[in-house]
Amino acid sequence: MADDIYILGITMTKFGKHPDKDTVDLAAEAAMGALKDAGVSMRDMGVLAAGCLMGQGGIGQQIQKQIGQTGIPVYNVANACATGATALRTAIMAVKAGECDMGLAVGVEKLAGAGLLGAGGRAKSDKKEWSPAGRFGAVTPTDGRIGTDTMPGTFAQIGMEYGHKYGGTSFELFAKISEKNHAHSTLNPLAAYTKRMSLEEIMNDVMISYPNTRPMCSANCDGAAAAVVVSGSKLKTMSLEQQRRAVKVSASVLTSDPWQEACQVLPDVNTLTRIAATKAYEQSGVSPQDLDLVELHDCFATAELVHYDNLQLCEEGGAVDFFNSGATWRDGSTPVNVSGGLESKGHPIAATGIANIWEVCHHLRGEAGDRQIEGAKVGLAHVIGLGSACGVHILEKSALG
Amino acid sequence: MPAQIPLVDYLVLDDAPHLQANECTNCGARFFDRRNACAACFGTDFRKVDVPSDGEVRAFTIVTFAAPGVPVPFVAAVVDCHGTSVRGNLINVEPDPEHVKLGMKVRLATYSLGTDDNGTEAIGFGFEPA
Repeated sequence: MADDIYILGITMTKFGKHPDKDTVDLAAEAAMGALKDAGVSMRDMGVLAAGCLMGQGGIGQQIQKQIGQTGIPVYNVANACATGATALRTAIMAVKAGECDMGLAVGVEKLAGAGLLGAGGRAKSDKKEWSPAGRFGAVTPTDGRIGTDTMPGTFAQIGMEYGHKYGGTSFELFAKISEKNHAHSTLNPLAAYTKRMSLEEIMNDVMISYPNTRPMCSANCDGAAAAVVVSGSKLKTMSLEQQRRAVKVSASVLTSDPWQEACQVLPDVNTLTRIAATKAYEQSGVSPQDLDLVELHDCFATAELVHYDNLQLCEEGGAVDFFNSGATWRDGSTPVNVSGGLESKGHPIAATGIANIWEVCHHLRGEAGDRQIEGAKVGLAHVIGLGSACGVHILEKSALG
Repeated sequence: MPAQIPLVDYLVLDDAPHLQANECTNCGARFFDRRNACAACFGTDFRKVDVPSDGEVRAFTIVTFAAPGVPVPFVAAVVDCHGTSVRGNLINVEPDPEHVKLGMKVRLATYSLGTDDNGTEAIGFGFEPA
């Protein structure tokens, strides 16, 4: 029987614009913050897993050079928007395997002003000869000619597909989800955007890819997050304060796409999330009704809706009614994205899968200040990296707390 | 008639232009590109099959913000062609939510992408209201 795993220390930087800091500065700030929060040092770490999706590679070693080189194994990981969760899971696996009793996971990204993601662009149209190239033998770039490669467009279709299957969706419904997250963000001082937006403002903003307007899209920004994980047996040797603040990782799951008929045509973010959630509930013995808060991957307002269903927060096909009931507002039965979500907190890609865990831990420790969900004992954090990878973690308050 | 070349190799230009998929002979999974083994069952034997040219819109988005050089607006969609999901643009329809609906019936249509210096005309495809 493998040992239990705990988050001993965790932190996120302010998300937003950091023109004076590079990715190494931000990652080092988060890593040192997590070590300090844990009450340990680099000397105690047995493994380092790190990711910076848009970086040049080797972020783990760069972090070591910035904050402490001890010769431990470094895993540089990349898993699209699930990169942070993958780094955390890598550290957890090392501890779980008994290779070490403590590990550090770091995710960092600089994306402020990055603009539209996913669009590959196209060659100038001064082509003189049609010449097939690539896996589809395309004579010219297909983005915009055979569907869209953009993230807002891809996730718009994912939300519309849910509407086609179960009914009840509309532009206004998706905008209302965004309205909720922007309202939540006003209580989060680390969010990139903390402005409350009315439904009208959201619907009348720039349309990016129907039905997603600009505030319904995740905010590109800079940021980093880091976590120290520890084995249960090691934790028992530590101070009562460390034990009280430690958060139990009751489930840590990473999945990829099992084959589905349409997955080559439109990414299927549903099946792998549903499988990850099912496994996480089995691992933890927690049921969706037990969750005091959920941070899920609202990279677009259209995505949040489908994940209510995929994470089994509602009955299959019932996401629209579930949202309309008010359940996912911070005073509802299952508060979702009380951080403001990716739409307002921001989405520095590789940091996201640790930052969402930080948010949940913050509440479980009773340290979330103005936005504290009172009495929070158990929470779930979810990320999707398109392609796809899905990370689901279930976290529980320390028994000593 | 000038020589023609399809936008992608799975568009077959004959009297009735249509799409063609690689179908796993073991489990029937269909792919528009080549696979070393079937992603569903790992079988390694494939055959070419014609994809039905009509279907219904299962998902769409109206793209109004795209990469430089990509004309907007356009409608990107997933069309269910009798059990085979196809990615393509909806064409010959106004790109607004009043004219594009989930579940609308559509059929494959082709259009010219222009002629190159050799006189070869490239042909693209989309789906138009049926």
